[in-house]
Amino acid sequence: MTTVFGIPVAVILGQLTLGLVNGSFYAMLSLGLAVIFGLMRVVNFAHGAFYTLGAFAALLGLQWLGINYWASLVLAPVAVGLVGIVVERLLLRRVYGLDPLYGLLLTFGLALICEGSLHQVFGASGQSYPVPPALAGAVNLGFMFLPLYRAWVIAISLVVCFSTWFVIERTRLGATLRAATENAPLLQAFGVNVPLLVAATYGGGVALAALAGVLASPIVLVNAHMGSSLVIVVFAVVVIGGMGSIFGSIVSGLVLGVVEGFTKVIYPEASNVVVFLIMALVLVLRPTGLFGRE
Amino acid sequence: MKLRMLTLAALAGLAAAAAGQALAADEVVIGDIDDMSGVYADVEGAAGVEAIRMAIADFGGTVLGRKITLLTADHQNKPDIGAAKFREWADQNGLNLLLGGSNSGVNIAMSKVASAKKVPFFVIGAAGASLTNEDCTAYTVHYVYDTTSLANGTATAMVAAGGKTWFYLTADYAFGTQLQNAASKVVEAHGGKNLGAVRVPLGAADFSSFLLQAQASGAQVLGLSNAGTDFSNSLKAANEFGITKTMKPAALLAFDTDINSLGLQTAQGLTLTTGFYWDLTPETRAFGKRFFAKINRMPTMDQAGVYSATLTYLKAVKAAGTTDADKVMAELKKTRINDMFAKDGYIRADGVMVHEMYVMQVKTPQESKYPWDFYKVVKRMPGEEAFGPITGLCPLAPAPK
Repeated sequence: MTTVFGIPVAVILGQLTLGLVNGSFYAMLSLGLAVIFGLMRVVNFAHGAFYTLGAFAALLGLQWLGINYWASLVLAPVAVGLVGIVVERLLLRRVYGLDPLYGLLLTFGLALICEGSLHQVFGASGQSYPVPPALAGAVNLGFMFLPLYRAWVIAISLVVCFSTWFVIERTRLGATLRAATENAPLLQAFGVNVPLLVAATYGGGVALAALAGVLASPIVLVNAHMGSSLVIVVFAVVVIGGMGSIFGSIVSGLVLGVVEGFTKVIYPEASNVVVFLIMALVLVLRPTGLFGRE
Repeated sequence: MKLRMLTLAALAGLAAAAAGQALAADEVVIGDIDDMSGVYADVEGAAGVEAIRMAIADFGGTVLGRKITLLTADHQNKPDIGAAKFREWADQNGLNLLLGGSNSGVNIAMSKVASAKKVPFFVIGAAGASLTNEDCTAYTVHYVYDTTSLANGTATAMVAAGGKTWFYLTADYAFGTQLQNAASKVVEAHGGKNLGAVRVPLGAADFSSFLLQAQASGAQVLGLSNAGTDFSNSLKAANEFGITKTMKPAALLAFDTDINSLGLQTAQGLTLTTGFYWDLTPETRAFGKRFFAKINRMPTMDQAGVYSATLTYLKAVKAAGTTDADKVMAELKKTRINDMFAKDGYIRADGVMVHEMYVMQVKTPQESKYPWDFYKVVKRMPGEEAFGPITGLCPLAPAPK
């Protein structure tokens, strides 16, 4: 068997693929955080809770209303995004003028309330969401069997991430959004409804988290705490990519997924800290993050 | 003014403390410290509290003419919180019995308090066998199961069925390693081989990388040395990646609630060991149905065990005619335990409650006839076989010559 640094090539390719799957989730979640932070300067600690809500929306939609996976893929992010807009209008907008710490505390509190309530109602042990029949089964890549569903996750997240990047960086709507962060009063003077724009941005970021939740639901058990451990890693991804950098968050999400995958082979015990080690290194060497501009 | 307020507050405090003492004299106080809100909350948790209430009510609500009261607390899986709460109840509430829920780390910390405060301490949900070995005390009773009996059950059955080579997926903390070590010894003792293990951080988001390593080892058996959501998520991923086609998964610790979460489609064929199953005898079925009527779930072995443990303690108090810890412990160690949970169970010098354990196989969806119809019995293991001989690691119980 061919080996590189003593590791069989088949294993390297396998871990690379799996790393990309996990990286897809990191990318999608950190993208939402980056959008919210970049355009609103809010550190959204409730991001993990919205991811969990997305998964629950899919699960309950299926159990109570018979909504299938494909419809959930659209409906759940929309529903959770609307919840996000309500949160923004009722609560978040009151802390805009204050220290960013207030936004962080507010969203963190919301996350705890949300997790606690889901735990109270649905318990700790979680529930299974079936893989949609069209994506059941696996393909033989020669070096490993890749379940079709995981391949689908990579594909959809790449499409979603790069379309989001395109909308924000390359369209007129994106230009307006960015203008709102630079100088909101001036933009308002031009007749743009800035509060609506901000609310929609938050809703959009939240919808991305919910979409990741729907995508994750056939892979892991849907339970109240599924987002809480993930969100910390995702924050590290955002910091590494550069707070607020859209492109940075996508690339670092994918790359860190792969790095984590290799750590799982070389020294598995460290696989849950490797991202934070890299974050510490990046903060020392390049405090604005790999793709940060400020 | 301020001084007067302070004096008043101090007086009120004294009065409250005195009331606590007075309360203790005419009450028998049972405490339950468990994970009520975290990853293990469904295994025992709030439904376990309900099981204790059922036991107290079934006993008549009083013992020796004293009212039985129940205190509960959430240890949040933090050893310091569990130990501090235990100490507080022992000092201020006249605690007579502590029931320890899930988490071996927390229970090891609480066993130190049991020994210092001389309070009988029944471990229910924690698996670590060190509780009756290196960490044993004169007041500890390990009631439901431990890492030794789990390994003896599942590993012996799997090796006998031809699963000679093993690779482990191990939760990277005390419980996971104790469980893996126990299973490894059993596998070797029966002529099997351990090909390796991968230590997985607790609460990992994705298990597929670890599973591919297990598959690459070429082992016949995938030893899942983890619990709760980690166990369920790893088995789910093993199915998805087709690993269960080439390796037989062995659950070293799984509960009915895990099987319920996973569904039989995913869990079918799995071998596991349990101390209780609701659908074994008319008595277990009767208890299961009573419990189901309150909780809307069938009891796990921990929930059935905590019910039985509460009754066992209360019966011993009644027989001894006192709540004096040493006299009750002496009574406990000479009685035979017979109820819906255990047949002829007994508490050994090292604190192990020796009772029958069951090796189970999870049914296929076709075999399952009604809700919670999950297991078929592969083997009934007599207590002595399940819990093995006294090791001698506990100073209170020398190994048999």
